Parts: sequence; structure tokens; C-alpha cells
Amino acid sequence: MTQAAMSLRHTARRARRRGTALGLLAWLAGIVFVLPVLWMVLTSFHSETDAATNPPSLTAPFTLSAYREFFGASGASPWPALINSTTASVVSTLLVLLLALPAAYALSIRPVRKWTDVLFFFLSTKMLPVVAGLLPVYLFAKNAGLLDNIWLLVILYTSMNLPIAVWMLQSFLADIPGSLIEAAQMDGARLPTILGRIVAPIAGPGIAATALICFIFSWNEMLFARVLTGVVAQTAPVFLTGFVTSQGLFLAKVCAASTVISLPVLAAGFAAQDKLVQGLSLGAVK
Amino acid sequence: MSTPATTRATAPAARTGPPATWAAGARSRGRALAWARRAPLMPALVFLIAVTQLPFVATLVISLFDWNALYPDERHFTGLSNYTAVATDPALRQSVITTAVLTAGVVLVSLVLGLGIALLLDRRFFGRGIVRTLFIAPFLLVPVAAALLWKHVLFNPEYGLIDGTLTWLGHLFGVAHPPQPDWVSSMPLASVATALVWQWTPFMMLILLAGLQSRPMEMVEAARLDGAGNWQIFRYLTLPHLRRYLELGILLGSIYIVQNFDAVFTITSGGLGTANLPYTIYQTFYQAHEYGQASAAGVLVVIGSIAIATFALRVVSSLFREEVSRA
Repeated sequence: MTQAAMSLRHTARRARRRGTALGLLAWLAGIVFVLPVLWMVLTSFHSETDAATNPPSLTAPFTLSAYREFFGASGASPWPALINSTTASVVSTLLVLLLALPAAYALSIRPVRKWTDVLFFFLSTKMLPVVAGLLPVYLFAKNAGLLDNIWLLVILYTSMNLPIAVWMLQSFLADIPGSLIEAAQMDGARLPTILGRIVAPIAGPGIAATALICFIFSWNEMLFARVLTGVVAQTAPVFLTGFVTSQGLFLAKVCAASTVISLPVLAAGFAAQDKLVQGLSLGAVK
Repeated sequence: MSTPATTRATAPAARTGPPATWAAGARSRGRALAWARRAPLMPALVFLIAVTQLPFVATLVISLFDWNALYPDERHFTGLSNYTAVATDPALRQSVITTAVLTAGVVLVSLVLGLGIALLLDRRFFGRGIVRTLFIAPFLLVPVAAALLWKHVLFNPEYGLIDGTLTWLGHLFGVAHPPQPDWVSSMPLASVATALVWQWTPFMMLILLAGLQSRPMEMVEAARLDGAGNWQIFRYLTLPHLRRYLELGILLGSIYIVQNFDAVFTITSGGLGTANLPYTIYQTFYQAHEYGQASAAGVLVVIGSIAIATFALRVVSSLFREEVSRA
């Protein structure tokens, strides 16, 4: 074997070893990042005294007492808050789709004149800080008797997610080749057929991802919920902050509550994983 | 550019040709068609303007009144005095600085970390899909839950995981009294920032990974054949290609982190110099009931964000145009 071939094989082996090391590093970094989440889940299955030890007790016995506590063994039941969150997130997401789908259609498939300007107007409303409009909304709600009413949050969450949804849907609908729609029109297909047979199948995954992301943002929202709701209409994040008490141990309970309340978001996020980037970057990244 | 040509083309036709009624009919038909195209857009536009723009107008009006909710009878017009009060309020000025430091710090650190992780994930290795999923998990925790987790479960000086690990390591290496810092009180802003970096790094990583994977590989191969090293390829090919993606990450991260309320509210309740603008405004109106001043602060925040947004929109539109022209 020649000198050259041997050195070539040597470099190849070195490159492979370097690749393995970098793979291990990626695994290590991933585990470090996910560790707090795993620790939260583990702690939620421990008793309060085992959850609050120093050094941490990794192998403490499993118990469901924190979850029993969370679901109202003593104190308030979480169900009203969970139902409120579900109502606010699901209904506002449906409303967003109802308003954003036609708008996105008018901005992509059959674009109005100056459609980019309209698109950027939608985005610009998202850049104004929510907090600046909070007081008038509060005063309006107070005078209209809408404080502590979940339907007020439905309206606000719809407006909060509408610009994002229009952008996302515009980008997903723009992926449909125009020639396909033209061909269908030539064959005499009418609007419902075009929407049902061409638009829906191609843009379906994108529409689903948009809905999931809107759901996540509504479910997570806390500033509006905190200011505008009280006992009746409080949402899950607001309920969660109530678990922190100044006396007694609450670590396992908070972990159980955080786990339960994050589950829908984790499920929605992983379901939308493939389209998550395109959605979150408003369609700028494919 | 084409307008003079079309008018010249249609002008003689109009002179010789069809009666005026036909032209008017065509014009109104064209207008009806334009409205038919615009119609699907209208509900969304009207709804959005009503719900998001009208409150800003109201904020502007309220900001001109001396209005404390605890003394509703003394409400009166004061002109710009709320603005002078807000501009000279040291607490508010401090919160502007806090907001800038927090936003810039979190965005930059999570961008750098996200870039590093994206580079690691851009190569093929065993279980790459699983690791990518692991990285997304922090981003998919409800923000309030994440903030509570960091404050009580990780940072707590008595039984938090970080100090607990220090104790464990101390026992392991025979250190009798390992350090047990009280993270939130000794470095409040850094604590809030750490929790936010943890949540936002995955977001940056996702955007940058998408950027890396859209890189034309032929160019990298060609550069490698020409003898370019890894660093040179990264510096002169990868980084310029990633520029727009980095800008997008900065833009979107800033939009969300400038407005952050949950982490500040949960971890420090705005104490210890961590009150950012959203929290300060929330407090001015919700606890101090100073409606006029809260509104004036809100208007100033809006002006500030318009300045940032103008720049940000330019970034998005350049990316956007590129996408449209590519399609």
C-alpha cells in the first residue's frame, strides 16, 4: 500500500472519530437542555418532602399525590380553569381560521392589488406592544360588564393571532401552483370544488400547523388573562400561579400542575413539528 | 412605466369606438370585480382594526388626561404633563434600560447558542431526530410553567436542583461546604435572562437549522475541493448565507422578548431592578391606578417599537421578496 493511500485512510478515520465526538456533544447538549423538563416531570411524581431535599433525591418512591392534590383533593378544582383555557384557545383558533383563510386566499391565490402592503399591515399590528392597548381594553370591558368573561379573551386572542395566521396561511397557500388552479378552472371547476379538491389537500398540513400554533399562543397567554379575568373566567396559566404559597411545600404540586398544563402545548407542538419553523417564522423560512 | 403606453393604445379606440355606456359598464364591472377580490379580505381587516387599532387611539386620548382611578372625580385634561412625568420618572427610565438589556442579552445569547446547536444538528449522527425533538421541548413549555420551574425548582437556594447538584458534587469531591448561592437575589436579571434563553434557544436553533439546510451544497463542495478549511467555509460561505436567517431570528426574538411579561412577573415580580416596560406599565395602571401616566408610557413604548419595527419590517420584506422571486 502506498504512503498516500495510508494517509488518506488515516484522515478518513480521524474525520469519522471527530464526527462521533460531535454527535456525542449534540446528545449531551440536548440532554442538558431537556433536563429541567425531565426533572419537572420526575418531581411531579415525588412526595412534597422528597421533592424538597438537598442534595436532590433521584430515586425517591413514586407517588401520584401531587396530581391528586392538583386535581382538587384539597382546595380549588383546576377544571374550570382548564375548561376556560380550552374554550378560549379552541374557539379563538376557529375564529382565526374563519377570518384568516379568506384573507389569505385574497392575498395569495387571487391576490388583490398591492397585496404585499396589506400583508405588511397585518404584520405591523403584531409589532405594537400588547401592553399599550391593555388599559383601554380593560376600561371598555369594565364599562361593558365583560370583565371576568371568557368571551372577551376569545375576541382578544383572535385579534392577537390573526396577523400571524394570515402570514402563515398566505405562505402555505402561495405554495399551491397557480397552474393547477387555472387548469381546474379551464375544466369548469367552481370555487367550492377548487377549494375542496385542490386547496385543502395541498395546504391542509399548513392550515393544521397554523391552527396548532394559534392554539399554543392562546393557551400560553397570561397578561390579558391576568388583568381581565378573576375567579370565574381565569385560565390555566393564571390558575397555575396561584399554586405558589408562602408557607408549606408546594414543589411537587407546582411540577404536577405545570406538567398537566403544558401537555396540550407539547402535544400540539410535536404534532406541528414539521411545519413549526415555517409557521413561527411567518412563512419566511421553508 | 406601462401606463403611458396603455393610455396611448386605448385613447384612439375610445375616440372611434364603443359608446360611452359600454366603457362605463366595463369600468363598473372592473370595480365590482376588484371588490369581489377584496371581499374575502374585509372581515379580517375590519376585525383587526377594530380590536387592535382602536385601543391605541383610546390610549392616546387617555394619555392627555390626569386620571387616577382612585380619584375619578378629579379627572381632567392636562395636555402633555403625563409625558413629562413619565420622561422624568427614574423608575420608568430604569425600566427602559432593563428592557433593552434583557432583550438584547437574551436574543444574542440564544442566537449564539442556537447557532452552535444548529451546526451540531446539521451533520448526520445517530439519533439526530430524537435530539432535535429534545431541543424543542423547552420551547413547548407554557411560559409561566417554565418561569415557575426555574424560580422554584432550579434556582431555589434551599432545595433547588442547581444548588442541590453543587451539594452532591461537593460530597463527591469531599468539599464540606459547597457554595449555595441564592441565584434570584444575587443576580436577578441574569436569572430571568437564563430562563428566557433556555426557552428561546430552541426557536433560534430551528430557524438557523432551516437556514443551514437550505445552503447550496455544491458551493461548499467546490470550496472544499479548492482547499478551503472548515473555518473558511463557515466564515465565507455559511455565515453570509445565514445572515438573513440570523436577522430573522433577531427580529422575531426581539418582538416576543421586548413584550415579555410572564418571566419577569413570575420570577422576580419586577423587583430587584428587573421591571421591564410591560411590567412597569402593568403596575402603573393595575396597582397604582395611574391611568393617564400608564397610557403616556404606553404611547412612548409604541413610538419606540415603531422605530424598531420599521427596521424589522425591512428585514422581513427583503427575505420575503427573495422568497417570492424564487417561487
